[in-house]
Parts: sequence; C-alpha cells; structure tokens
Amino acid sequence: MALTAARARVRQRPGCTVRTSPALPARTRLAVVAGLLAGRLSRCCGRSGTVIGGRTASALDPQALARLAAQRTVVLVSGTNGKTTTALMTARALRHHAASVASNHEGANMPDGLVAALIRDGSAPIAVLEVDEPYLPQVVAAVRPAAVVLLNITRDQLDRVGETRMVAARIERAFAAAPELTVVANADDPLVVAAALAAARQVWVSGGSGWIGDARVCPQCGAAIAYQADGHWSCRCGLHRPTAAWTICEDVLSAPDGSHTALRLALPGRANRLNAGFAAATADLLGVPLSAVLDQLRAVTDVDGRYRTVHRGDHQVRLLLAKNPAGWQETLSMLDRPGPHRPSVVLAVNAREADGADPSWLWDVPFEQLGGHEVLVVGDRAADLAARLAYAEVDHRVVADLVAAVDAAPPGPLDLLANYTAFREAARRLCGGR
Amino acid sequence: MVAESAVRIGVLLPDLLGTYGDTGNAVVLRQRLRWRGIAAHLVPLGHDTAVPESCDLYVLGGGEDSAQVLATRHLNADGGLRRAVGRGAVVLAVCAGLQVLGESFATADGTTVPGLGLLDLTTGRRAVRAVGEVLAAPATDLLATPLTGFENHGGATALGPDARPLAHVRRGVGNGSNDRTEGAITGRVVGTYLHGPVLARNPELADLLLGWVTGIPLTPLELPEVTALRARCIGRHRSRG
Repeated sequence: MALTAARARVRQRPGCTVRTSPALPARTRLAVVAGLLAGRLSRCCGRSGTVIGGRTASALDPQALARLAAQRTVVLVSGTNGKTTTALMTARALRHHAASVASNHEGANMPDGLVAALIRDGSAPIAVLEVDEPYLPQVVAAVRPAAVVLLNITRDQLDRVGETRMVAARIERAFAAAPELTVVANADDPLVVAAALAAARQVWVSGGSGWIGDARVCPQCGAAIAYQADGHWSCRCGLHRPTAAWTICEDVLSAPDGSHTALRLALPGRANRLNAGFAAATADLLGVPLSAVLDQLRAVTDVDGRYRTVHRGDHQVRLLLAKNPAGWQETLSMLDRPGPHRPSVVLAVNAREADGADPSWLWDVPFEQLGGHEVLVVGDRAADLAARLAYAEVDHRVVADLVAAVDAAPPGPLDLLANYTAFREAARRLCGGR
Repeated sequence: MVAESAVRIGVLLPDLLGTYGDTGNAVVLRQRLRWRGIAAHLVPLGHDTAVPESCDLYVLGGGEDSAQVLATRHLNADGGLRRAVGRGAVVLAVCAGLQVLGESFATADGTTVPGLGLLDLTTGRRAVRAVGEVLAAPATDLLATPLTGFENHGGATALGPDARPLAHVRRGVGNGSNDRTEGAITGRVVGTYLHGPVLARNPELADLLLGWVTGIPLTPLELPEVTALRARCIGRHRSRG
C-alpha cells in the first residue's frame, strides 16, 4: 500500500488546512475552490453545506471525483445496512497511519457527497467513504479504491433502489472491471459473495446471518440456496459460503493469525460487532494491526447521532436508526437492556424521497416483539404503522409531532427508532444543531 | 365449509415470493378470524415443502424475476395448489404471484414461462416499470369500497374471457394492458398487483376471502387504525385529483 508515501504527504502539510493539491488540473482546482465557497456560503445561510459544495465542483469538473480520489488511498464502504458505522470505525482505525482521514460520516453518500468530503478534507492522504449501494459501481470505476468493504445486500426502498439481485449484479460487473481490487466482504450473504468473487482478491468476514430473506435464490444460477443450521450455505452450481478469515461469534473476534479478542464495544447489538469486524479486517489489510485498532473501535459511542442518549424532561432518549426490514430486526433486538424498567418506544417512520414511498415493508418487521412496551407512533407513515401494530396486537398511541411523542411517554428510559428522514429530524430537534 | 376446526392459511413460498411485505396478508387474515372467535393458523410452505391441498386459503406474494421462475416451477411440479383450487380452496395472489397463477408470463430476458393456469390471464413486459400508489374502483359487485395499494412491477397483464377484473384503475397503472383494469378473479382465485399489503389496506377484500372460506356471514370489525389509513390513502388521491 502507498501509505508510507501517504504519511509523508501529511507530514509535508502540518495543520491539514483545506487546500487544493498542486497536482490537480487547473479545472479541478477551480472546481474545488468553487465547491469550498459554495459549501461555506451554504453553511453561512444556516444549511448543512454537505452536498452543495460537491455538486458545484462536479458541475464545473465532471471528473472531480476521480481526480480528487487519485491523490489518495481510498476505502469505500457499501451495503444496505451498517455503512456509516463501519466507515466511521474504519476511518478511526486508519488514523493510526495518517493524522487526517477524509470521510463523509454525516451520511451524504451519493457521488456529490463524496466529492464534498474530498474537498473538505483536501489534504487527507486517506479517504474512507461510505457509498449508497446503487452508486457503488460508478464510484468504483471513478476512484480506483484500494479496498471496498461490502457489508450486505438486503431489500431496502424497493421503489427507489430496485430489487437486490439487480443491485448485486451491477456491483459484480463493476468489481470485475476494476483491476487489482480487494473486497472485504460478508461471507454469510450469497449476494455479496457472488459480487465479491468478481474482484481480484477477497477478505471474507463472517458474523452469522441475521436476515436471509433476500438470499434464498442463487445469484449465479437461480436455483434455491440450501442453508444449514450452522450458517453454512451452498448452491448446486457450486457457489458456497467461503471460509472466513475473520469471524465474530458473540463478542469474540477471531483473526486470521489465530488470535481471539473480546470486542467489548460501547455500541449495542450483533450488527455493530460485525461492523467492528469489518473495520478491523480492513485496517489489517491496510497495515494497521488489531492491537492498534481495538481502542478506536471501543471509543465509538455515537455514529452521527445514532446510539446517542439525550435527556429531555424526565426521559433518557436513546436514538436508533432503522431503515429497512433487516435493520429494524437488528434494532428491535437492542431494545431490551439491563435495568428495572422496560424502555418506552417511539416509532418514527417517514416516506420522503430518502425513505422510499412503499410502506409494505413494515409488515416484514417483527413488531410483535414490542408487546409490553409503551409504544408511541409518529411520522408520515404513522397510519400504516398503527395498522401494522393493531394487527400485531401491540397497544400504541399515534402522536402528531416527534418531540410531543417523547414528551407524552412515561418518565424513564425511551428508545426512539426512526427511519432516515425521521431520524434526521429527531437528531436535529433533540440534540440541537444538526 | 364451516370452520369447526381451525382455518388453515397456507403461506406459499414466503422464502421466494415474500419480497414486498405480502406475508402481511396472511397475518391480516388470521387476525380477522381470531378477533371473531374463529381459530386460525398459518402454515408456512417454503420451497422445500410439498404444498398440502388441505389448507382452506392460500396466499402468494411478490418477488424478483429469478425467484418467480423458481416458484412457478415448484408449484407446477408439486401440483398441490392446483388440486386445492380444484376442490374449492381460496387463493390470493399478489404481483409476481398473480403472474405465476396465470397462463404464462415473460421474464426480463424475454423468456416466456408457463404459469399454473389458475387465472385466465397472460403477462408480457412493460417498457417502463409501474411504481406508485394505486386507487381503483371495484369492478365486481362483491366489493363496494375503493381499493388502495402500492404497485411496483414490470408486467403488462391481459385478462382472458374466464377472468373478471377485480377493479378499474382511477390512479396508477394496474394490469397495464390499456384497459385500466386491476387484478383478476377466476372462481375463488383472486389476483392483484396491489401491495400495502393489500389486505391491510382493504379489509373488505380480506373479509370477502374469509367469507368464502367460512361460508357464514362475518360480524363487522371496526379497526380505527385501518379506517384512518384508508382515509389517508383514498383522501390523498382525491385531493390530487
């Protein structure tokens, strides 16, 4: 890896102030300056300024993403669930190599958002970027990443993203066309495995499969995949679960060198232990040993507002994001935690562009598990969710406003589960300033 | 048949055709029976299970192309569903499920796959995928209230003489063969393109199927949550004209 050179570049530029590289073509430099100005203007006007800078720069130089990425070692993180957490953990781990790592942790994960991140952290020699999975093929082609982390491919916003096999097939073609690419990939997900096998090299990670509802049909031949109780899977065409180099079982991470390490993360749940496994495997690939990574993984307590606990009145509100059936299943499993009181639950589901328009997926989520919790429902899809809960025989109240829903809950611990835009609203209004 | 023993609801191929939340239809059917004091249970029928002909009602959902082909092969080879329909069982088939129960359907690569022939319809491909909210008026006097749902499909379905349309589309695409029809009924087999799931949004359709199964008048069931949901779905269409 070119990390020694990368580190040298950082040393040459102490302070890591934002500036354009002299190696960039004039057009790209102009695009970067314009993008920076647009982002600052936007922020001055009270907006986030996250994407506008990237959009401005891409308009002035359509090759901006490729040219900005060519300057550095790029890791892309993609998949339906876990992108933001895994990218954050990986970026923290790679700080071992470089004082500054470019990233888009605030979730702007389409191409303009990536350009914005690379402009903002102009001198960072390493970039860890999460990528919305439908855009992964074009981003892989543009940035020539050192590694791609592919976490999982499950149903999500079927009206916008499309069906999982089409998404996976496009990713597979992009991997096949990328020379020298290493993919850090989930051995338990057949759609991921079939795509990753097209790359030059794979590092397999396994943490058990939570949701296999989208992986019953072989992506290579269309036959039914046979699953065994131990998690092994295979198809008659020969596609099968590869042997993982890194495995996560309960809280123990097993590394290729035969070591076993207790993760002891601050973040809850099986899915986050798996995310940490991916981050550790990726860091190892780029030359950062597990011993140097563990403290970084454990120090992650809050991922752009997710898992954060905020206090409002007599409530301790934990913010949880869940966007699709696989994500909701994992998140519902995090609700029961030690303590005398079952938390109240606020469910906030919107149906805006970033959420998908078809609410049918609510019926794939095992909301029956919420029986016994005090449940409040809010958001654009409150009526759909209320009907779902009625049929699940889960008592609930529909409330018009998100903060009013929190205030209406009995005092004590409260878990707020929200899909994408509802989560943004919750983070902004309950944490302030987002 | 009067339900002296529990009503058995066969959930066909949830592992292959369960992509769009349609398994919820089975949950709705079971719950609407239980709330009326009629015992009911779900019988999951995965692709590695033979389809028993003994269920009273079967539901089949939507899914991706390759899963749809696999599901069709399985149901044709198994024969259990066809025998069940032959002895009067009720079937609800949604989206890909509707296409599977027809005479034939075309896949994305242009292959024509023979269906089960339980609904008199054939399905070709649409140039542009139909994605969005649907509002439709019943085309049968078995139903009185509008149907609401969400469609997401690439099929153009033409009904044959032995299939009646379920509804006429007011907004959305539906069957997509330029006759503004939505869904199909042949005997006690009902097909529709509507997700939502369709029975969660349209309790009258759920009770039509359950009435066929139980053979007795069903007591009315007021669910304020469903009333509110329908008001939002149907009202929104009207307000948009």
